[in-house]
Amino acid sequence: MSEAQVGRSPIDPARDGIFKKELVTLIPHLRAFARTLTGDPTAADDLAQDAMMKAWDARASFQLGTNMKAWTFMILRNQFYSEKRRSWRQSQLDQEAAERTLVAVDDPEAPVALDELRMSLAMLPPEQREALILVGAGGFAYEEAADICGCAVGTVKSRVSRARRALQAILESGGYDRDGGAAGDAMHAILADAERLSTQR
Amino acid sequence: MRNVALTSSIYTFGRRGRTLRTTGVEDMIEHVPMEDQRKGAASLDEARLRQQAIGVKLRQMFDEVVNEPVPDEFLDILRKAEKPSGER
Repeated sequence: MSEAQVGRSPIDPARDGIFKKELVTLIPHLRAFARTLTGDPTAADDLAQDAMMKAWDARASFQLGTNMKAWTFMILRNQFYSEKRRSWRQSQLDQEAAERTLVAVDDPEAPVALDELRMSLAMLPPEQREALILVGAGGFAYEEAADICGCAVGTVKSRVSRARRALQAILESGGYDRDGGAAGDAMHAILADAERLSTQR
Repeated sequence: MRNVALTSSIYTFGRRGRTLRTTGVEDMIEHVPMEDQRKGAASLDEARLRQQAIGVKLRQMFDEVVNEPVPDEFLDILRKAEKPSGER
């Protein structure tokens, strides 16, 4: 009992050491999640560093032994959306993220399919994109993804399913074309139709 | 049957690409001949395969970043934060 309480005190080098060790192992995952949210490697690393430091500063409130990956992903996500609210209008974000993603592909030898997937992902509504990434790539259960996003499990399920359909529609239609603005118009049409089709089920 | 028709119209929509925008509601409720129903079943399988492929690529894309070396900056920042501040 007293051990646990001592562990929660502000200065505890041993506990900090354990916390730091685990946090360090999560950095690659935070970078990957940030990359999918921002679509831009530099902005993503800034975001991941901010999230890492927020997690470090809040370490006293984290209960060791619980899911630190989900906890840090939640911090990163909150950080992303609070920055977005400050500086970007929603409509600009989608278009800008799509455009940045076009230049964010470093390796010209990378398989074309991955390239297309990146660009298509950038065109999804943010809440669908993050749900699909968390469940489809991050290895989170629907329940964990719901905790990270602060929404109901059913909402996550429906977002993932819509994201899958929309992604497929974009990939098949070639709506990820590299021609900047035109791709934006095509994207809205495709997303509107994909959404219509999936809600009529 | 309704589901099959719906799925096949999603596919038609996708293949037609940008003309998709002009697809009307009538496309969703059009009569589906037997032949098209069979095609619909085939495209359901196709859809499942494509979703699997997307899933694999999604993880590949994510893991690509996970497997990148972490820039030194991250550990530097953490190390600085961990050290007691010089004022003490």
